[in-house]
Amino acid sequence: MARANLLWLQSGGCGGCTMSLLNAERPDLVSTLENAGIDILWHPSLSEQTGAEVQALLESVIAGETPLDFLCIEGSMLRGPAGTGRFHLLGGTGIPMIQWVSKLAEKARYTLAIGSCAAFGGISSSSDNITDATGLQFEGELRGGLLGSDYKASGGLPVVNVSGCPTHPDWVTETLMQLVLDEGHEDDFDAFFRPRLYTDQLVHHGCNRNEYYEYKASAEEPGDLGCMMEHMGCLGTQAHADCNSRLWNGGGSCTRAGHACINCTAPEFEEPRQSFVETPKIAGIPVGLPTDMPKAWFVALASLSKAATPERLKENARSDHLIYPPTLHKKNHK
Amino acid sequence: MSDNTRRLQVGPFNRVEGDLDIRLDIATDTSDASGKGNGKGTGTVNSARVNSTLFRGFEQMLVGKPAMDALVYTPRICGICSVAQSVACANALANAGGVQPTANGIRSQNLLLANESLTDLLTHFYLFFMPDMARPVYQQQSWYEPVAERFQAIKGNATKQVLPARAQFLHLMGLMAGHWPHSMAIQPGGSSKAVTRQERLRVISILAEFRRFLETTLFGADLDAINELDSVSALTNWAAQDSWQSSDLRTFLHLSDQLTFSQLGRATDKLMSMGNYPQPDLAGSSLSLQVSRGLWLPTAGLQPLNTDAIKEDVSHSWVEDGSGAEHPAQGHTEVSLASSEKPHAYSWCKAPRLNGEVVETGALARAVVSQRPLMTELMQQQGATVHTRMLARLLELAWMLPQMQQWAKDLQVDQPYCNNTALAKEGEGAAMMEAARGSLGHWIRLKNGRISHYQIVAPTTWNFSPRDEQGQPGPLEQALEGAPVMAAEKDPIAVQHIVRSFDPCMVCTVH
Repeated sequence: MARANLLWLQSGGCGGCTMSLLNAERPDLVSTLENAGIDILWHPSLSEQTGAEVQALLESVIAGETPLDFLCIEGSMLRGPAGTGRFHLLGGTGIPMIQWVSKLAEKARYTLAIGSCAAFGGISSSSDNITDATGLQFEGELRGGLLGSDYKASGGLPVVNVSGCPTHPDWVTETLMQLVLDEGHEDDFDAFFRPRLYTDQLVHHGCNRNEYYEYKASAEEPGDLGCMMEHMGCLGTQAHADCNSRLWNGGGSCTRAGHACINCTAPEFEEPRQSFVETPKIAGIPVGLPTDMPKAWFVALASLSKAATPERLKENARSDHLIYPPTLHKKNHK
Repeated sequence: MSDNTRRLQVGPFNRVEGDLDIRLDIATDTSDASGKGNGKGTGTVNSARVNSTLFRGFEQMLVGKPAMDALVYTPRICGICSVAQSVACANALANAGGVQPTANGIRSQNLLLANESLTDLLTHFYLFFMPDMARPVYQQQSWYEPVAERFQAIKGNATKQVLPARAQFLHLMGLMAGHWPHSMAIQPGGSSKAVTRQERLRVISILAEFRRFLETTLFGADLDAINELDSVSALTNWAAQDSWQSSDLRTFLHLSDQLTFSQLGRATDKLMSMGNYPQPDLAGSSLSLQVSRGLWLPTAGLQPLNTDAIKEDVSHSWVEDGSGAEHPAQGHTEVSLASSEKPHAYSWCKAPRLNGEVVETGALARAVVSQRPLMTELMQQQGATVHTRMLARLLELAWMLPQMQQWAKDLQVDQPYCNNTALAKEGEGAAMMEAARGSLGHWIRLKNGRISHYQIVAPTTWNFSPRDEQGQPGPLEQALEGAPVMAAEKDPIAVQHIVRSFDPCMVCTVH
């Protein structure tokens, strides 16, 4: 593609992926898109056009008069109550958003679900899912969703699921850049059709609590410096995302702020086994073990490393302040 | 409909957070030859109905969840006020579960909340409100060219200045809460992020840098000088000291004057603030509120706020009637296909009322209830208008940033950030505070360690509420009455200004 245009619509979500997108840096969002050759056809937070002008624009895309390269949908698709879609009518039109999205998706070269709500249903589908919320092409882990498992955009790809709650701004902009360069092929996406640009890594990678993990020196309360896997519900060793190597807002991540990773890029993250902040265990052993780790080996290594835990890590792990800095080793000059 | 009225359905509204639809009945001026007989002439808005078009159902979602899991769900009510929702939830849990946050924890919560609120105030001005000044409808105005060059959506040169400043200001979130939005560090006992000695210095540096941006770009003056403007004449004199293009505040004052924003969008003039930013003294032994709690009435002035007098009316909402208007501690939010077809209902939003009265909330209310002299004088002169709402927001940036700098200095890095006492398994509690857009309340009950009741009343729920049982329109509905409409306008520009002067957050509104 030489230049591409982008239409962004919001439905059953919180607008947080847009707010996060505005955090793009070096360069800022507008410059990043300009540099990538992407023109904003319409975005609810950024564009001037409102009301009737927007309705006319949407109609013209549906009529095939305005070609559409990127259709980005933020928020889940609300099918209720009773299949009417009335839980979200697009303002000014009286027409359910699910109808607008279905029609626009027929015309788009690429359709992107921005955030876990649009991808899989996400937070909006929690508990009894009273709004009958679904993702564009997945309902939780199951293929289907609003557009159906056979849907492909005219560019040949199914819905691209830029999941996350919220999405990192770079996850969105880099996925768009990849597609503008016509470099997005089926094998660039994982089994949930998430871009492998950021899901080929685990949140565990680059976690600054790794030394505590190695020795199973565990945090017991919010704020403790230790590893949060054993007690605090952390899913960083299973969560596919590069949060701790890419970092957020200039250098943060959930785990760096003392909170467990809740695996927000995954379908059905919104309904954890018991609580987000407690590790489910059987006979004292965490139920969810690190990805690709044989259970027996994990248990054996864990008990060995626990026995070898240095005092420094054992004490620091259960404190919110560093008690013992690492010992300084001097060379033996006499 | 007679020849001299017309009806408009306006939407989708953009540059507001979330989805909004407004139905306007417009009385057209029959003396206007261009519009005579065809219902398309100039006119004024007779009545307005404001429809919040999106329902998600957080209040039901939360029932049955483990108490502490509320801290994962509630920030996700809203991606723009996510920390405010977090702080309200943490404080409601603390209140219900009998936990007292540490002094450092309170300072952290204040810093995070102010970081988000000030970001919102800034984003609203530059990205959501000012781009309307660059719309073609103003092309003939003498001031148009430089204003369009600066504020035009996406292309204006302000955007490329503001986005980096905004992103760098939010580095505070990276350091103190992991990321924004949907930061999960905020706890009933304070914060799970103990800010280290090094990180505290970075926070102080981030605040100094943002202050520099505000002083050079937005205000064109030292923040102390802006905070010293204590009367309308002081503001006028200050503005006259330099050209209207010399800073973005001066530009706003000039345009507001040219477009008479002081006469646009007046509602009830009853202002509510639930108060904000409890401040521990350095010993952590006593607390005072930096932003006051209270109610301001046009003749009676400042009054105490009785939050027991809050009731949510559902007569015009697509919500099941239950037992009528209820206090949020008892309230319900049940929806169904039948409730979505309720006669007379036209919005998913409920109608919160204080003692049965329609009140407005937001930055203007905070300034007036806190007795800031300039905004109080303007309020007495012109009431709540597009001008006073916008100016209060800009001045809050100058008011709060120095406070943030003080809180950052007060962080005591060797003291605890979180009181990790477990929440009581049974209890009832509430938190009432101020988000960027106004008063936010969470009401909770815990049973056996799980949530058995959760109700939320957000700022825009107040401001964009539909009619109540008495037929009283909500604040925006009243503010739109009398708005001028030009011939053949489909999305009247005056309506755009009035709606955006409230800085609505629709995802919070219904949740």
